Amino acid sequence: MELQAVLMAAGGGSRMTDLTYNTPKPMLPVGNKPLMWYPLNLLERVGFEEVIVITTKEVQKMMSTDPKMKVDVKMKLDVVCIQEDGDMGTADALRHIQQKIKTDILVMSCDLITDVALHEVVDLFRAHNATLAMLMSKAHEFTETVPGQKGKKKTAEQRDFVGVDQSGKRLLFMANEADLEDGLSVRKSIMRKHPRMHIKTGLVDAHLYCLKKAVVDFLTENKSISSIRGELVPYLVRKQFSKTTDSPKMKDDAEDQTQKKNDSSTNHELLISSRDEPLLQLAQERSCWNDHHGDMSEAYHGGKLRCYVHIMDQGLCYRVNTLAAFIEANRLAPKLFEEPAVHPSAVISERCQMGSDSIIGALCQVADKTSIKRSTIGNSTTVKEKVKVTNSIIMHGVTIEEGCNIQGSVICSNAVIGRGADLKYCLVGNGQRIEPEERGGELAYQTEQPN
Amino acid sequence: MADSGVTEGPDKKEEIDRAKSEGKELTKEEKQRLRKEKKQQKKNKEKKDDKASQESEKEKKPLSSPPPASQPPPQSTTQKAPSAVPAPAPVSVPASEAPVPADKPAKSKAELKAERRARQEAERASKQGKKGETGQQAATSKQKAPPNELQPVVKRLPEHIQVDNPDVLKKLAKKLERQQIPLRMDYGYKVSLFSHLHQYSRKAPLTQQVSIPSTVIHPAVVRLGLQYSQGIVTGSNARSVALLHAFKQVIRDYTTPPNEELSRDLVNKLKPYISFLNQCRPLSASMGNAIKYIKKEISNIPSQCKEEEAKSKLLNCIECYINEKIILAAKAIAKSAIEKISDGDVILIYGCSSLVNHILCEAFEKSRKFRVIVVDSRPRLEGREALRRLVQKGISCTYVLISAVSYVLPEVSKVFLGAHALLANGYVMSRVGTSQIALVAKAFNVPVLVCCETYKFCERVQTDSFVSNELDDPDDLIVTRKGKTHLKDWQEVPSLGLLNLVYDVTPPDFVDLVITDLGLGMIPCTSVPVVLRVKNVDQ
Repeated sequence: MELQAVLMAAGGGSRMTDLTYNTPKPMLPVGNKPLMWYPLNLLERVGFEEVIVITTKEVQKMMSTDPKMKVDVKMKLDVVCIQEDGDMGTADALRHIQQKIKTDILVMSCDLITDVALHEVVDLFRAHNATLAMLMSKAHEFTETVPGQKGKKKTAEQRDFVGVDQSGKRLLFMANEADLEDGLSVRKSIMRKHPRMHIKTGLVDAHLYCLKKAVVDFLTENKSISSIRGELVPYLVRKQFSKTTDSPKMKDDAEDQTQKKNDSSTNHELLISSRDEPLLQLAQERSCWNDHHGDMSEAYHGGKLRCYVHIMDQGLCYRVNTLAAFIEANRLAPKLFEEPAVHPSAVISERCQMGSDSIIGALCQVADKTSIKRSTIGNSTTVKEKVKVTNSIIMHGVTIEEGCNIQGSVICSNAVIGRGADLKYCLVGNGQRIEPEERGGELAYQTEQPN
Repeated sequence: MADSGVTEGPDKKEEIDRAKSEGKELTKEEKQRLRKEKKQQKKNKEKKDDKASQESEKEKKPLSSPPPASQPPPQSTTQKAPSAVPAPAPVSVPASEAPVPADKPAKSKAELKAERRARQEAERASKQGKKGETGQQAATSKQKAPPNELQPVVKRLPEHIQVDNPDVLKKLAKKLERQQIPLRMDYGYKVSLFSHLHQYSRKAPLTQQVSIPSTVIHPAVVRLGLQYSQGIVTGSNARSVALLHAFKQVIRDYTTPPNEELSRDLVNKLKPYISFLNQCRPLSASMGNAIKYIKKEISNIPSQCKEEEAKSKLLNCIECYINEKIILAAKAIAKSAIEKISDGDVILIYGCSSLVNHILCEAFEKSRKFRVIVVDSRPRLEGREALRRLVQKGISCTYVLISAVSYVLPEVSKVFLGAHALLANGYVMSRVGTSQIALVAKAFNVPVLVCCETYKFCERVQTDSFVSNELDDPDDLIVTRKGKTHLKDWQEVPSLGLLNLVYDVTPPDFVDLVITDLGLGMIPCTSVPVVLRVKNVDQ
């Protein structure tokens, strides 16, 4: 077997608590499908037959009852439950399932919605015998107003600095703005090997990683690493250029000396070579290919640890971890699939005006004289007469009484909107009741969060 | 059952046989005469309404061609004679038909004869049609003059040089479907002279159509195919070594299914992998020989051998093969070649041949004083890599492009060339540009030495670079200078074709010496068939 897929679905959705305090993030409906259906569908389309899903008990229960998951997902899902208290990072989770991992792995996050050609990432992993291959995409600005927030609150997003080489495939440098106190420093050894580096900041990490099995083994030894994205990836990227004990090169900066001790002890684990290493070495020697030109070193500068990145510039790639992303994803996710916008079991009256970019879920009832534009209506929702829904996301089991006007809002499951309510850019939590004739603008209606 | 027609027959047959055995073609008059006699025969037979006679089919071919094969002798009671097998055609004519089986019961002989005649006419017509298409090719390809093509041998052209024949393509597609390997689509407009070859794009790798945790094809083979198609593993030796490495993984991970024998099943398992690698990049001669060797070793495994033992035996064989044919051969060749390098020499090399680099590095270590001129050509620019390796050792080098070869040759004392394969008629198949260098060197009376291991000796015969070659990605020729890419939209210009050839063939007259291993040392180019014959006898 070549690759095992691991889906991380235990995340809390800490950046969109308004939505996730009742529904766990992996089961949030996007385009009337649970969020984790999208990465699973991607894996299925590409040809995977088994996926290891790391999630919480709650999500597992919801998964087993959700019709979409049961019917559409044909792969074998090996669900591993972990505690919900949230102290387990992604790398800790990998350590937890170390017994199940027999080959190289493909780690995905449950909140990734993309139509990338997965073979691009995996080909980099295969062809260059890389230790890490990841996917990144050009970030899109979210233009929709985010409901439930008074005024546009721009949180200071920590930027990521990603350095790639000239071909745009080899990953040379990765750091988060938070870690760089006084400027970005690049090691001389890197500059000597790759004199031209492109540093990009407008990239979003898709959290899709191909990792060698040796990395998982390395994680079991080093229990201090708890997050793949935050710690493991920058560590691997740095290790590409660190000195190995057997290479007689000149000494570099002073900081390398202290790192060297740690590096050399862990080096041999990461560079577990195949049994026929001399043959591979011979083939590389006899091959007249080099990945760079202009200096005297051999292919890959003799380095055994290589990290590659595939940067998508066209196509969809969203990580649904903020409210804005969630809304954007709802807008665009249906375009990924050729499914009919209106579910066959929905009952729509003839005098309803429905835009072509709206989605109606199963068993809905939409009455006369309603207008639904650019919206997503969930399953089993009832929309009474004279309702105008624009630019909104209505989840499952919602009842909207007559005469309501809902614009740019997110209504969570099982809410009831009283008649004549007028909501603009509001966020209505689970099971809430909006009084009739309520006028709301940019408010979030929710109960107190249960402790 | 003898009849009058048959009595005439044998005389004519003797004549024909005589003419053929003398190796002459039948002249026009003879042909006409034969035709007349044939018609006479037919008329007689029809009148008598006898058993069928053979129709000696003389197909009139506009190009000079060997006479078609004869049929088996007439006399006996055969109901129907098989229709004549069209002669082994010169390379320009596509695959010949197999003899039609001749068992037709109960119809009347005249009807059958008429049917057969109609069928043969149709075949002849279709053949003429095909010949019209490939006429251009025929005009350029040299005529092989097989003097004694008497036996009805059906020579089939390999499928990878018949890409413009839709039947062959269909057969290939079916075969790949059966093996569950995806078919790689050709890319771009092909220059008409080379439209019979595949042309793929590097941006459309075969892995697009393979499922990602590849189950049908072993992951090591997928990785290898990817490395071939992206050019990460190039060079005859490197490709063979990488192939054998991948096969080692395959053998290690192999388990014999129940009720199967390892010797037969493993060979069948390897077939789809080889098709896959062929689709990624056409196999080289060295790879072909390596595969033949492995298949032979696998089928020679005795059936009572246990699986573990058999596997370790195979892995051992592969190691030995690599050791003998590549590593030790390089050492032996280096030893012979160093004798030819004297102090003060100026050696010219072309492109990046792993063997030639090895020789020069060894010579430098043995303290020979020489300098090297590295000749390079676009679009591969492999000479840069050779330059790097030699300069790293400390050898003083000069670097020129192939357009400057005639300027540089007056100062050159020897030319060392590597080879992709040595063909059975003494021709050297190597990177495109090699024959040019050999030609110019000949004009300047500079000795040309070709270094080649014996495992690259190939039984194929080729006299030109058109018939069998490889077309690389045409987009490699596109270059961006000063921000402008002039050929960016080359596909939209209908009369423009980009041709990126990979190999060419050097005649033996331009090669002075072949340095090879197996204790042979230095042999002339024309001794290659002898070496092949001796090798085959040994095995």
